[in-house]
Amino acid sequence: MILDGKVPPGPVAEKWDKRRQEMKLVNPANKRKYKIIVVGTGLAGASAAASLGELGYNIEAFCYQDSARRAHSIAAQGGINAAKNYPNDGDSIFRLFYDTVKGGDFRAREANVYRLATVSNNIIDQCVAQGVPFARDYAGYLDNRSFGGAQVSRTFYARGQTGQQLLLGAYSALSRQVKAGSVKLYPRTEMLDLVLVDGEAKGITVRDLVTGEIRSHAADAVCLCTGGYGNVFYLSTNAMGCNVTATYRAYKKGAFFANPCYTQIHPTCIPVSGDYQSKLTLMSESLRNDGRVWVPKAKGDVRPPGEIPEEERDYYLERKYPSFGNLAPRDIASRAAKEVCDEGRGIGSSGRGVYLDFAASIERLGEDVIRERYGNLFEMYERITDEDAYKRPMRIYPAPHYTMGGLWVDYDLQSNIPGLFVLGEANFSDHGANRLGASALMQGLADGYFVIPYTIANYLAGTQAGKVGADHGEFKKSADDVALLTQKLLAVNGSKTVNDFHRELGLIMWENVGMARNEEGLKKALSEIPVLRAEFWENVKVPGNGADLNQELEKAGRVADFLEFGELMARDALDRNESCGGHFRTEYQTPDGEALRDDENFSYVSAWAFRGVDQAPELHQEPLVFETVQPSVRSYK
Amino acid sequence: MNLILHVWRQGRPDAPGRIEQYPAKDISPDMSFLEMLDVVNDELIKNGQEPIAFDHDCREGICGACSQVINGLAHGPQELTTVCQLHMRHFRDGDTIYIEPWRSRAFPVTKDLIVDRTAMDRIIQGGGYTSAHTGGCADGNAVMIPKEDADTAMDAAQCIGCGACVAACPNGSAMLFTSAKVSHLAMLPQGQVEATKRVCRMTEVMKREGFGNCTNHYECEAACPKGIRVKFIAKLNREYLKAVRSGAK
Repeated sequence: MILDGKVPPGPVAEKWDKRRQEMKLVNPANKRKYKIIVVGTGLAGASAAASLGELGYNIEAFCYQDSARRAHSIAAQGGINAAKNYPNDGDSIFRLFYDTVKGGDFRAREANVYRLATVSNNIIDQCVAQGVPFARDYAGYLDNRSFGGAQVSRTFYARGQTGQQLLLGAYSALSRQVKAGSVKLYPRTEMLDLVLVDGEAKGITVRDLVTGEIRSHAADAVCLCTGGYGNVFYLSTNAMGCNVTATYRAYKKGAFFANPCYTQIHPTCIPVSGDYQSKLTLMSESLRNDGRVWVPKAKGDVRPPGEIPEEERDYYLERKYPSFGNLAPRDIASRAAKEVCDEGRGIGSSGRGVYLDFAASIERLGEDVIRERYGNLFEMYERITDEDAYKRPMRIYPAPHYTMGGLWVDYDLQSNIPGLFVLGEANFSDHGANRLGASALMQGLADGYFVIPYTIANYLAGTQAGKVGADHGEFKKSADDVALLTQKLLAVNGSKTVNDFHRELGLIMWENVGMARNEEGLKKALSEIPVLRAEFWENVKVPGNGADLNQELEKAGRVADFLEFGELMARDALDRNESCGGHFRTEYQTPDGEALRDDENFSYVSAWAFRGVDQAPELHQEPLVFETVQPSVRSYK
Repeated sequence: MNLILHVWRQGRPDAPGRIEQYPAKDISPDMSFLEMLDVVNDELIKNGQEPIAFDHDCREGICGACSQVINGLAHGPQELTTVCQLHMRHFRDGDTIYIEPWRSRAFPVTKDLIVDRTAMDRIIQGGGYTSAHTGGCADGNAVMIPKEDADTAMDAAQCIGCGACVAACPNGSAMLFTSAKVSHLAMLPQGQVEATKRVCRMTEVMKREGFGNCTNHYECEAACPKGIRVKFIAKLNREYLKAVRSGAK
């Protein structure tokens, strides 16, 4: 099937205005009659719930954490992009749009990206009004820094904790609505199923993580704001609880999953130190403003970094990409790091690492300036590695960080299931095959504050409020299915822990569906994952019972989904016979090792439809139409 | 490293709890404290016992979920460090380690090391926000903010809401937590409009939820993984007095 993204006609700069003019409204007196479920309270979920609650809708907001303030948006360090052009360095909405489309290797939907760039400026204003303490200069004006993939300074930041401050801003707006009575919060509650009535999304089934109660909630529309699936790799920079369950179970109910193979491997993370490792820690991309990336020129050079003279160092990003240098985009910087390590020039005991060196900047600017800019990151680095990065270069290596793929949505952020909206990292639409730094925060808040309030009204205006209650048979059936699955997980009583399976899956994914992929490896993954999945259902051990707080049971449900989802990712990667952005197929590269896109055959969104656990999914396509930007070879040289 | 753990186990909020002893074997000094607990839990599961329940999520010191009292200290012995960022290299082979949940009247135990901290959310709901509507806000540079004020606001805004301040306080006071939000917003022009109402409402909720008062022990500052200073409690008191004098209360 050819999917229609429902992009409005007309010049790209006028599409959003035009669409907003066409959309139906719900009058203020009627808004309170509609109930909307928002799942997830990260940037997208909190901003959506707060904004929709403020408009007068009845909101129920769910999160698995104990508080709505803890979603993993909180860990974003570097910043948020906006086209304010305060530094007068040549930025504009068009340039932000263009950089983002190019950064995504021409695999994003152009019209969505333009809208994102347009509302980016409103986000900054909104956050300032909420009291987000962005960095300021001595005159009291907002300060900017540079990020990868851009030649202008358009990134707003709050020390190294921008995500935290933006999330706390959205959380405060959400708290205000809780106080006002328009939002009801359900913390420690996990969505385990989407409920469809007559083909439309009308509610969810959840498990109360404290009491174990499984129950259903009915509503007039459902918004999934449940983040990405980076934890399919087991080790990633995501929080331990991040999972694919909400979006994957929606997929099993008929929502299309788009571009699952587009995953972002972030170049600057602290390298793995042992088998016990439970997660990887990111060092913000902003560090590349002042840090220089290098490895020794010679293979197997094990001298300490300070003893390697300047002429024996290879500043490979500066060498290969002179115009962007250390600020080359993430996918490119990650692959370059892998390449030098594959050549045997990696550093550290594992040989999987490169240096990020601040010596030149400290000499130029002084240690105080570097401390002011990145102090908390240096502290975090020292806490984990026991090394002082002011004295010795940081050791870094790429790690799974963000996932560009997600549920397929149209221009209104509505999935192919009417009434199911998907926001933030959970959808696929804005970042194409690679996301630029400081754009995730921008997209989460754009969707929640400035897109969904308009587009959801257009859907609701055509539905009857409160049409279906939780007493409808579909809800009972859904709750029974979830209870059955829970019992099934508890009943296996095998000999391996959930973590054992998750770790094994992660290895398969990282080896074969990671930074570099090829047909052979992907086929290997496709044969190994079902075997591991079968073993999981025969040999996993989930202690305790379902009528209680049971963290192993929570994890087991999530890993069970990853064990199916990993296969979908590999299948998508195998199907896409080209390299683009974060999807690098070794068979498709230029002579100098850059990604070789195939616009003639693959300029489309792959949207997969579920057909059964052990059956191949069905591929639908949305052709990517570029009316404004001419796809070109993405060069940062 | 080999360690002996004494861990608080409690099945449900209304069940009696007890300290149980577990060995932690073959621990690497490069593990984080929570990774050490992962190893212990894997062992418990394989032996058919129930693993130790504890809150954690980001494991990079920012989400504020992790919450354990280690050898009597909230977040353990290392300054400015959450449990998830505490590494085993700060312990010695053969050490005995006591691990308990946050203990405070306002934080009932949910299970083992997990407590219910929703009272802190209710303090924020009391007024820890500006009433900015979505949309229609002035340009971000319309109002200049002196760098010093923005920096001080950020110092306070860094609070991760973990509740260590409450756990460390002999009075179970949430003054440091509340003062961080009150001070953050009071430092900024955007927070001025509702400043008096905010401080009165948040203080009211704090009392209602069963948190104690501050009697200047400064244990909160010592335990805070983000280095939130007690000077913000003084700021809270000043803001409160201003509000009372202005007749807001």
